[in-house]
Amino acid sequence: MLVARELTKEYRSGDAVLRALDTVSFEIQQGAYVAIVGASGSGKTTLLGLLAGLDTPTHGTVFIDGVDLSPLSEDARARLRGEKVGFVFQSFQLIPTLTALENVAVPLELRGDPEATVRARDVLDRVGLATRANHFPAQLSGGEQQRVAIARAFANHPRVLFADEPTGNLDATTGARVIELLEALNRESGSTVVIVSHDPALAARAGRIIRLGDGRIISDTAREQVTRVASGVGA
Amino acid sequence: MTRRPWRMVAGLAWREGRTMRRRLLLYMSSIALGGGALVAIDSFAANVNASVHESSRSLLGGDLALSARTPLHGETSALVDSLTHAGSRTARVTTFPSMASVRRTGRTRLAQVRGVSDDYPLVGRIETDPGSAWSLLAGGPRTVVDPALLATLDAHIGDSLILGYTRFAIVGTIRSVPGDAGISAAIGPRVFIPERDLPETQLLIFGSRADYRTLIALPARTPIAGERWVQRLRPRLEREHVRAQTSADAETNLTNAIQRLTDFLGIIGVVALLLGGIGVASGVAAFVARKIDAAAILRCLGATEPQVLAMYVSQAAAMGLVGAAAGAALGVGIQFALPFAARDFLPVDLTVSLVPRAIARGLLVSVWVSLLFALRPLLALRRVSPLQALRRDVDVPVAAVARRRALDPAVVAVTIAIIATIVTIAVTRAPSLRIGLATGAGIIGAVVALWLAAAALAAAARRLVRAEWPYVLRQGIANLHRPANQTRAVVVALGSGAFLISTLYLVQSALVHEFASSAQASRANLLFFDVQQDQAHGVDSAIRHAGYPVIERTPIVTMRITAINGLSVGVQATDTTDTADAGAPRRGAASRGRGPGGRPRRAQWALRREYRSTYRDTLVGSERIVAGHWPAVRAAGDSLAGVSFEDGVARELSVGVGDVVTWDVQGVPIQTRVASLRAVDWGRFEPNFFAVFPSGVLEHAPQQAVILASVPNAAATATLQRDIVDRYPNVSTIDLSLIRETVNGIVNKVTIAIRFLALFALVMGFPVLVTAVAATRRERVHEGVLLKTLGATRSQVGRIMIAEYFALGALASVTGIGLSIPAAWSLVHFVFESPFNPTITPLLALATVTAALTVAIGAAGSRDVFAETPLVMLRAE
Repeated sequence: MLVARELTKEYRSGDAVLRALDTVSFEIQQGAYVAIVGASGSGKTTLLGLLAGLDTPTHGTVFIDGVDLSPLSEDARARLRGEKVGFVFQSFQLIPTLTALENVAVPLELRGDPEATVRARDVLDRVGLATRANHFPAQLSGGEQQRVAIARAFANHPRVLFADEPTGNLDATTGARVIELLEALNRESGSTVVIVSHDPALAARAGRIIRLGDGRIISDTAREQVTRVASGVGA
Repeated sequence: MTRRPWRMVAGLAWREGRTMRRRLLLYMSSIALGGGALVAIDSFAANVNASVHESSRSLLGGDLALSARTPLHGETSALVDSLTHAGSRTARVTTFPSMASVRRTGRTRLAQVRGVSDDYPLVGRIETDPGSAWSLLAGGPRTVVDPALLATLDAHIGDSLILGYTRFAIVGTIRSVPGDAGISAAIGPRVFIPERDLPETQLLIFGSRADYRTLIALPARTPIAGERWVQRLRPRLEREHVRAQTSADAETNLTNAIQRLTDFLGIIGVVALLLGGIGVASGVAAFVARKIDAAAILRCLGATEPQVLAMYVSQAAAMGLVGAAAGAALGVGIQFALPFAARDFLPVDLTVSLVPRAIARGLLVSVWVSLLFALRPLLALRRVSPLQALRRDVDVPVAAVARRRALDPAVVAVTIAIIATIVTIAVTRAPSLRIGLATGAGIIGAVVALWLAAAALAAAARRLVRAEWPYVLRQGIANLHRPANQTRAVVVALGSGAFLISTLYLVQSALVHEFASSAQASRANLLFFDVQQDQAHGVDSAIRHAGYPVIERTPIVTMRITAINGLSVGVQATDTTDTADAGAPRRGAASRGRGPGGRPRRAQWALRREYRSTYRDTLVGSERIVAGHWPAVRAAGDSLAGVSFEDGVARELSVGVGDVVTWDVQGVPIQTRVASLRAVDWGRFEPNFFAVFPSGVLEHAPQQAVILASVPNAAATATLQRDIVDRYPNVSTIDLSLIRETVNGIVNKVTIAIRFLALFALVMGFPVLVTAVAATRRERVHEGVLLKTLGATRSQVGRIMIAEYFALGALASVTGIGLSIPAAWSLVHFVFESPFNPTITPLLALATVTAALTVAIGAAGSRDVFAETPLVMLRAE
C-alpha cells in the first residue's frame, strides 16, 4: 500500500515561499493502477518525487509498503527504492554506456543479487527484447528503449512502480504497446503502478485518477466513476 | 557570405559565452602557469646575461688579466711595462692557500691569502667593515679578512693573525669584493694582505701553489683593444706559461657557467608550457561536451559549420588571451623572486628589470599553444548535427563525436600543427638541434605510448572483469571499456602530466645527486698538502704520534709535457680553442680534429700546463678504467714506462692508448707510453690526478706529498692542525669536515630550490588533473544520479567512481612515470652529462599521489552526484 499523508512541499525563492504541494493525502491499495494528472505546474512531478522518496516533504509523510519514509536517510531511501520501487521515465533514462541487459541488471546488482544477469535476461525476454539484450541504448528505437526501461523497473519485483509520462516521447502506436505492457505486468506482478501523465486517453485506462491543480487534489475518482463521466451517466 | 553575419557571430559568441565564461576562463588559464614559467625563465636568463655583460669587466678586475704560477718575468714583464708606459694602470694579486691562526684563541684554519699591490682593485671598490679598513691596509703588516674566518678562529678585529712567520693586525672584515661570488669564500676564507709583506711570511717557497695575477686597465678602455692585444701576443705569453684573459673571456666563461642553469630552466619551460597545453585541451573537451546542445540548436537555426566553429573559437581565444596575460603577469612576479633563490650561486649582482621581448614572446607562445590545443576539441563542434536538437533523447556522447572526426582533414592539420609546435618549442629551448629534436620526438613518443597503454587498459578491462567481483568494482572497471569511456582522454592527459613532472623530477634529483656526491663522506677528514719531501716523514709520524691513523700518503711530482709522439710541444699546432669536445673518449690521436699540416689539434692549456702527477699501482674509489690496462706498467718488450691519463685531458691532448708522451720532470726527460685512460669523479674530496704513473718510475724525482688523516673531532683536528703548522708553516691543511659542512649548506639550498621547482611542477600538473576529469564529469554525474534513483546508495556510487578513477590514475601515472625513466636518462646523459641513478621510492610516491589525486579530484568533480537529489531525473524530463 502507498500512503500520502498531508504532504506539503514548499520552495524558497528569495524572500518568497512557493508552495508546490499543499496538504495532499490519499491511500493507494496494493496492486492498484493509478494515474496522477494535472496541468503543467500543478505539482505532479513534485508529488511523484515525494512518493518515491526522491525528495523530502516540508510537512507530511509517505508510507511505502508500511515503511514511513520520513525518518529515513537519503541512503536508506535509496535502499528502499532498490527493494520496493521501480521507475519509468519519459526519456527512458537508460545508462548509455551499458547494454540493454546490463541496464536491466543494475537494480539487481545494486542489491547484490547473485542471479542478476539471469533474472535480467528473463525480464528482458518478458518485454520481448531477448534478441536485443547486447545492444546499447543508442542502437535501439525509442519504443525498445522504453521497454528496456520497463524491464529494468520490474526486474526487482517492485511493490510500487512510478511512470512519469511513459509515452511522452513515443508515437501513438508504440505508446499504446508500452501501456499494454505496463498493464500486463501490473496484473501479473501485483505491483502498484502510479502513472503521471498529460494524456487523457492514457489516464482513462487507469483504475483511479488523481487530478492536481495548484498543488492540491481537485478530484480523486475511481474507474467506474471515470467511465460514467465519460459516457455522460454520472456527475 | 556578407560581413554582417560574421559580425553578428562575434556578438552572439559574446552573449552565448556568458554562462560558461568563467569555466572556460578556468580551462584556458591552464596555460597561465606555463606562460608564466616561460616569461619568468626567459626574463631571468636575459637579466643574468645583461648583468654578466655589465659586470664582466669588474669580474675580471680590469680589461686584461695575466696569470701564471710564477711572478711575471722576461718578455711578459717587459710587455706589461710597455703598457704601463703607454698609460695603462696595473695591479697585482698573488693568491695562495695557507694556514692562518690566531695565537690568542689557538685556532687554525686554511685560508686563501691574497697579496695585493697598492692599485688593487683597478675596477670597482672593496667594501669593508669598518668602511675605512681597506685604506688602513697600507700602514704595516695589516690584514682585512672574511668575517667567516673570524668566526672559525674565534677572533675579532684587533687580534693578530699569523701567516707563516708574520703577524698581521686584523683591521677589518670584507663585505664585498668585485667579481667574487659568495661560493669562492666558502672554499676558503679570504685574507687580504699588502703585497710588500708577502716575502716576510716565507710562505712562497719552492713548489708552493700560488697564482700570480697582473690586472691591467687599458687607457682606451675598449675591450676589443684588449682582445686584439691578447690575440697577437697569446703565443708569446703561452711560451712563458702565462694565461691571458680579457673581460670578454670572463663574460663567456660566466655565461657558460650559467648555461647549465638556463638549460635546466629551459626544460622546465617546455614542461610547463606543454602541461598548460594539455590542461587546455582536456578542459576545452569538457567545455565542448556541454556545448553540443547549443551548437545543435544554432545549426538548426541556420548557423553554418564555420560560423559555429568561429563562435566558440573566438570565445576560447579571448579567454586564452586573458589566461596568457595572467601568466605573463605571474611570470614577471616570479622573475622578481628568482634572484633571491639563485643569489648565492650567481657571481654577479643581478639587476632585475622587465624584459619586454621575453614577456612578448611568452605571451605569444602561450596564446598560440592554448589556441592550438583548444582548437582540436573545438573542431568537434563543427560536426554537431542539427538533428541533435530534435533528438535530444538520443544520447550522443562526446567520444562518439570525436571518433567520427578521426580522419577529418582539419583535425589532421591541427594535430600536425601541434606536433610541429612541440618540436619547435623543444628545438628552440634545447642546447642543440639534435637534443631539441630528440626531446620533441620523446614527448610525442610518450603521448603515443600512453594512448596505446590506454587502449590496452580498455581491452584488458573488457577481458579481465569477472562475474564474481563485487558489483561496484565490476561497474567501475567496466566503465573503462564501455562506449564513450574516458580512458584514452584521461590516461593521455594525466599520463603526459605524470611523464613530464616525473622527468623533471628525475633530472633534478640526478643533478642534485651529482652535486651532493661531492660531499660524500670518506674516512679521511683532514688533508695536509704542500708537504715537502723532507717533511713527509715528520708530518706522518706527528699524526701517528697523536694517535690518529694516516689513511693515505700520496706523492706529487710536478712535470710538464715536452713532446707527444716525438713532436715537440713548441711546434704543436696553435689552438686557442680550449673548449672540451663532448662525447666519449676515443682511442687514437684524432679526437680534437686536425690542425695545419695534418697534426692533431691539441688544447694549449693542456700542453702547457704544469702537471702534478702521482705514482701508484692501485685505482682509487673515484677512478675507473675506460680504455687500456691498469696498472700502467710497461708492456713486455716495451722500453717505455706506462702512464695513465684522465680521459678528459687525454681528449684535450688528443692522445690515446699507445701514444708516446715525453715529460720534463724538473729537468729530467722521461718518455712514457699511454697505457690506459681513466674516468675520474672530480667531485670527490680525494686527491685526483690527470696523469698517474706506475711505481718504479718517479720515486727518485723531487716531490711533495699529500697526507690524508682521520681525526675524530673538531677539537682534536684543531690541535693537530696547530701542532703541524707550528712545526712546518709551509704545510697547509684542509679540514674536510668544514668543507663538507659548507658544501652541505649549498646542497641544502639547492635542495630547497629543487623542492620549490618540484612543487611548482606539481602545481602545474594540477590543472591537467582537474580538466582531464572534468571532460566527462557531466556524464558521470548524470549516471551517478540515475543510479541513486534506481536504489544505489551514495557509498555504492562513490565506490564505482573510486574504482574507475583509481584504475585511470594508476595506469596513467605508472605508464607516464615508466616512460619518464628513459626520457630523464637521455636528458641527464646527453644534455647534462651526469650520472643517472634513479631511486624508486620517490617515483612510487609520485605514482601513489597521482592516483590518489585522480580519485580525489574525480570525486570532487562529481560531488554533484552526492549533492543532487535524484529528483533531477524527473525534473530533466
